[in-house]
Amino acid sequence: MIVGVLQFPGSCDERDALAACERVDEARLVWHAERDLGDVDAVVVPGGFSYGDYLRAGAIARFAPAMEAVAELAAEGRPVLGICNGFQVLCEAGLLPGALLPNAGLRFVCRQVEVEVASAETAFTAGLEPGERLSIPVKHTSGRWFAPADELERIEAAGQVVFRYAPGHNPNGSLADVAGVANEAGNVVGLMPHPEHAVDPLTGSLDGLRLFASLAERASLAPAGS
Amino acid sequence: MKALVLIRPKAGILDPQGKAVERALPALGFEGVSHVRVGRLVELEADDPDRLDQLCEQLLANPLIEDYEIEVLTGDDDPAGRGAEEAAGMGSDPAAPGRASGGGGGP
Repeated sequence: MIVGVLQFPGSCDERDALAACERVDEARLVWHAERDLGDVDAVVVPGGFSYGDYLRAGAIARFAPAMEAVAELAAEGRPVLGICNGFQVLCEAGLLPGALLPNAGLRFVCRQVEVEVASAETAFTAGLEPGERLSIPVKHTSGRWFAPADELERIEAAGQVVFRYAPGHNPNGSLADVAGVANEAGNVVGLMPHPEHAVDPLTGSLDGLRLFASLAERASLAPAGS
Repeated sequence: MKALVLIRPKAGILDPQGKAVERALPALGFEGVSHVRVGRLVELEADDPDRLDQLCEQLLANPLIEDYEIEVLTGDDDPAGRGAEEAAGMGSDPAAPGRASGGGGGP
């Protein structure tokens, strides 16, 4: 499996995401202007400030040529992970439900938080147990996930909430403590916390690596695209 | 044709920016101001006004969290008076004050 890590003008976590993917499998950077992703089997849309976050975070990045390819890949059922700004991009692109609003406290938050696994039915959480707690850092200004009441109800019923902030750990006022969601098929996942910053003992936690390990495990069990 | 697009958080969605502004006002002596909400104003010129709605839905606003209003400006409404500035730059009397009359809104 080759994981493509997108790089927009203004991305800043693509190197960490690449390093995290390389711990479990092959990976390469994909420049935003690439329309054909070629050998890429799975995609990580990393954190940062794509296109300066102009207008709304992710609003402009969703129109990048590489995002057309990502949408096609996602439609084929291949795994796509959006982290922080990548989550915002996938929501703006309509590949994930909801939207990310400015933090309720208006401040940039940068801290280690505990998140609970709410669904193990996705490409990135298959190796985790529902209810398990992970220690992963957040660092964002617009991370307050929101969906209208009827859509939240539908998402909850369909089991599309993948991560929730543990009680007392919601850093941004996210609705229903949602930290990450999936699409209906479970192959596209987005979350505000940064698993790629929790892959080495030096960073205080290895919990983030388990998302990438789940992806690699899944790839080793099934031929690409199936 | 010039237009203004006003984008604001949907009713019922917490607007922390508006709250922060609201809380700052009493310190400046502005009592009795409430329900402050902060939005965004986009000025633009478009060849085809019929496509503005589509443009707002797809890019300028996120319809899940934001409402928008489009105001098409006639020449006389041009708030920045740029029609006049441009006219002045084109060689008319640069000392002429105010807005250009008749067709001052530009082509």
